[in-house]
Amino acid sequence: MSLSIIKPGLLDTIQDMGRYGYSSWGINPGGVMDGYAARVANMLVGNDPGEAVMEIHFPGAHILFEQNALISITGADFTPTLNEDEPVSTWRPIVVRRNTLLHFPKWQSGSRCYLAVHGGFCVPRWLNSYSTNLKAGAGGFHGRKLDKGDELPFKENSIYFAGLLKETREYQPLNWRVDTGRTYHLPHEILFTIGNEWPQLTHSSQRDMLENNFTIHPFSDRMGYQLRGVPLKRQHTTELVSSGVSFGTIQLLPDGQLILLMADHQTTGGYPRIGHVISSQLPKLAQLRPSDSIQFSMVDMPTAEELLFSQEHELNIIQRACYDHLNQLVC
Amino acid sequence: MPNIFSMGDGAVTIDLGNQLSESLNGKVLAMYQWLQQHPFEGLKDIITAYSSLTIIYDPYFLKTHYQPANTVFEWVQERIITAYHQSGPQVSGTPVKHRIPVHYGGENGADLASLAREKQLTPAEVISIHTGKLYRVYMIGFLPGFSYMAEVDERIALPRKEKPVPVTAGSVGIAGSQTGIYPFNSPGGWNIIGRTAVPMFNAQAQNPVLLKAGDEVEFYNANS
Repeated sequence: MSLSIIKPGLLDTIQDMGRYGYSSWGINPGGVMDGYAARVANMLVGNDPGEAVMEIHFPGAHILFEQNALISITGADFTPTLNEDEPVSTWRPIVVRRNTLLHFPKWQSGSRCYLAVHGGFCVPRWLNSYSTNLKAGAGGFHGRKLDKGDELPFKENSIYFAGLLKETREYQPLNWRVDTGRTYHLPHEILFTIGNEWPQLTHSSQRDMLENNFTIHPFSDRMGYQLRGVPLKRQHTTELVSSGVSFGTIQLLPDGQLILLMADHQTTGGYPRIGHVISSQLPKLAQLRPSDSIQFSMVDMPTAEELLFSQEHELNIIQRACYDHLNQLVC
Repeated sequence: MPNIFSMGDGAVTIDLGNQLSESLNGKVLAMYQWLQQHPFEGLKDIITAYSSLTIIYDPYFLKTHYQPANTVFEWVQERIITAYHQSGPQVSGTPVKHRIPVHYGGENGADLASLAREKQLTPAEVISIHTGKLYRVYMIGFLPGFSYMAEVDERIALPRKEKPVPVTAGSVGIAGSQTGIYPFNSPGGWNIIGRTAVPMFNAQAQNPVLLKAGDEVEFYNANS
């Protein structure tokens, strides 16, 4: 049971929900950029939400399924296409027959898509996680991005899905999909809570942060988004000793520009923490692209938590629905 | 009471004073040790730094599991305050001591000569000052296994470079009063004075990182 990479993409890696517990050794959590899309990808194929998925950037890999598989593709829409010419929809389970080719001919929307296979990818865990740590060259698939000729075996299947394929079809999208409604709504409005160094900003810079748009610079990557906008100033430039940062931390660089820390961020940093993008906003942030703009809005902690809880609640409902649908089909 | 603040809806930091101080760092590591011995479900990770400790937590799990009366943030804040009060002033036990051989200067330490010139010393004097001291590992960060050690004698302390340059794995550098070892090839702004062949990181090992916060390091000249 495996798939193989026929032609490599720009940056395709194996990821899960991150490697936690090793930050004090300088080993960052990493993991998927869009945790919502990755979890739904797993749910759609009956996996635990924390199973390993393939995170694909555009242009994506050409992938050959060497065995029948139940797959899903979520997140960014790179017009996934099976056997050269037949586009399939995202956020939906699809049964593919052996020797089906998946590729992504055209960018449509978003920044990263997630491929899940029923059972999950059979890669070893490193420090309790499947995530690829490119810096350490460990985790995921041999600690590196996927390349031509790589073969990724699947774990054992618990669902017999080959029976869902009609004899004449080489693949079969199943007849339900997840509506991602609220998670990616208003993609450019990003909510944050204030950081410890927010009060150090001048009052006019605090206003500037809230009233202006910031543009994502092309140098942005999985480590962080560099933003370009009106330079912000601090009232005084107290030096900070290095301390902890997290996914979503908004730091102020010495030149007055902002940097937004993403999944592959370092564990510690010494730049002022102006704010922190709230968890429920990270999925849509992860799907923004260079030259997209961001409008920051401030929220308080109760609001931030409520928004996250309702997103998690929605994920629970999706998981139950996926489970029920799959069960009905196979029983 | 130290400064406690949120870092978004999934992390809380306790800052004991924003400075490089052995006693504050000792307290940070004592809190870390205490939290490891008294973890709560939903605690995902702990970042220890010079004078601060950050808890990464799962807000939804904590909400559903403990059903706190107010925000989850306030609930975690209470746990940090408890850890602060319950932990001792520093970790128990004697620190692990490492002796690390360094090949100073030449292609191993491209900035040794310029640092010596800047500080009006000979390269041999810089080496002798650098090796003449036991350093405390205050924190690991930036890269897996990158050690922030202090304090370098002020006679050889030099601010980091304006712009990062490519640095080879094993390079030993100085930045301000800090010294450290690069575990990987990486861009870096520290003044590189030598290189060690001792691996700082080994993904295959049970314990992939050689140096830990609280350890002590003594450098010695591998050429002599």
